[in-house]
Amino acid sequence: MAMASAPSAVRGGARDSRQASGGFDWFLIVAILGVVAVTVRVLLFTPMELRQGLAQKIFYLHVPAAILSLYFAVVPASIVSGLYLWLKDPRLDRIAESLAEVGVMFCTVVLCTGPFWGKPIWGTFWQWEARLTSTLFLWFVLIGYLVLRGAVDQPESRARLSAVVAVMAGFLVPFIHLTVYMFNTLHPMPVVLTPNPMEQNLSPEMRQSFLWSLLAFFVLYCALVRNRYAWATARDIQLLEDQA
Amino acid sequence: MSHPTEQANPPAELPYAPPGFLRDAMRVARKDLLIEFRTRSAFIAAAVFALLSAAIFRFTWDPSAVSTLDLAPGVLWVIFAFSGILGLHRSFGIELADRALDALLASPMSRESVFAGKALANLAFIGCVQTLALPAVGLFFNLPSGKLWVGVAAASLLAAIGFVAIGTLFAAITANIRMAELMLPMLALPFFIPIIIPAAQATALLINGRPVSEAADYLKMLAGFDILFVTASTLVFPFTLEE
Repeated sequence: MAMASAPSAVRGGARDSRQASGGFDWFLIVAILGVVAVTVRVLLFTPMELRQGLAQKIFYLHVPAAILSLYFAVVPASIVSGLYLWLKDPRLDRIAESLAEVGVMFCTVVLCTGPFWGKPIWGTFWQWEARLTSTLFLWFVLIGYLVLRGAVDQPESRARLSAVVAVMAGFLVPFIHLTVYMFNTLHPMPVVLTPNPMEQNLSPEMRQSFLWSLLAFFVLYCALVRNRYAWATARDIQLLEDQA
Repeated sequence: MSHPTEQANPPAELPYAPPGFLRDAMRVARKDLLIEFRTRSAFIAAAVFALLSAAIFRFTWDPSAVSTLDLAPGVLWVIFAFSGILGLHRSFGIELADRALDALLASPMSRESVFAGKALANLAFIGCVQTLALPAVGLFFNLPSGKLWVGVAAASLLAAIGFVAIGTLFAAITANIRMAELMLPMLALPFFIPIIIPAAQATALLINGRPVSEAADYLKMLAGFDILFVTASTLVFPFTLEE
């Protein structure tokens, strides 16, 4: 069934695949320029935090990466995978694959930038507390998902089995979100995305810089997912051509 | 000529009892346990692995630096997690020979009951390994005896339920793919972490002589994860198998 619907499904992405195979991706260029611009703004035109100093600048990369990897990659990937199990549309599988891969990238950024902030502020690179531990094991789940995709040759089985893993990963996300409130933790509480106005204690300039960097990384995230999806479509077209 | 009432009643010896979720699950579990009982290969391997690990751990630490009471819970849960994986891999491995899995799927049993049956057999398997490993660790690490082991056994049982739900699902996923022996621990162990953390914490408290009430929160968390994992695994399991 999956093979029968595959040609019609890949047709929609043909323009993207041509672009992936040689075209110039303006979206990605704009996204990279946006990230460069926001980095300049953060480093040169945003006030230094009084107590944390330069280490606090990591906040403008670490927090957007965490938000994007958890809520814009893992959650949609598991929802899309659940839809794949229901509809069996190969496009959904390619979207899930792209989201997971970009999610792994941002999750890796979160895990790598955290220690650089942790060493000067906490005095240690790594602390086995709830949020770090759960982010680390979400990263393991994502890596497992990608390795599983690599270990299954048959496209339909690959899509089905990896969708099951992605759905299971989705069940874990609420627990990761809640860990910060459930356990005593060293990790700072949210200062931007929190319903309590008393906790929104970020200066207006820092807040604006943060929102700009969130936007810039979101555009980068969209560009990367779009690019990865186009590549997956091109690969599947190639596969169908080879079979034909 | 037979009596009319005799015809109205169903024949006494049907070749099999009518289908039903629990009955099917028990039938699958019985089949798996029977295969295991006749060969005993996986159980002996897992049990020896558990005993060997306990013995090896005994020689990896400096007894004057770390007390056995601090070390034992960690050793116990490392052994449980890894010996569990050994048994789980076998769960769907035995269905690959002669394409037995196709026969299982072609039978009128629901996939959920196949999952429940496999999980029950795995629970019995892991339970037996734990029954052997608990006294072995207690013996090798000179742990105090007494009522605390009731609490540790409860934590082990709760953890085994979670292990089995996750492990059976991932054993089905990895049954047919390359490097299944490596893929199963890689996929299943991250999901074991939320089970191992409260289980090991509860065990540590109990072994150190604290009352069960102090470990109750961890046991509740363990039960919570069991409910989550059993429900989620049962829901997605039917998608892991294709005829």
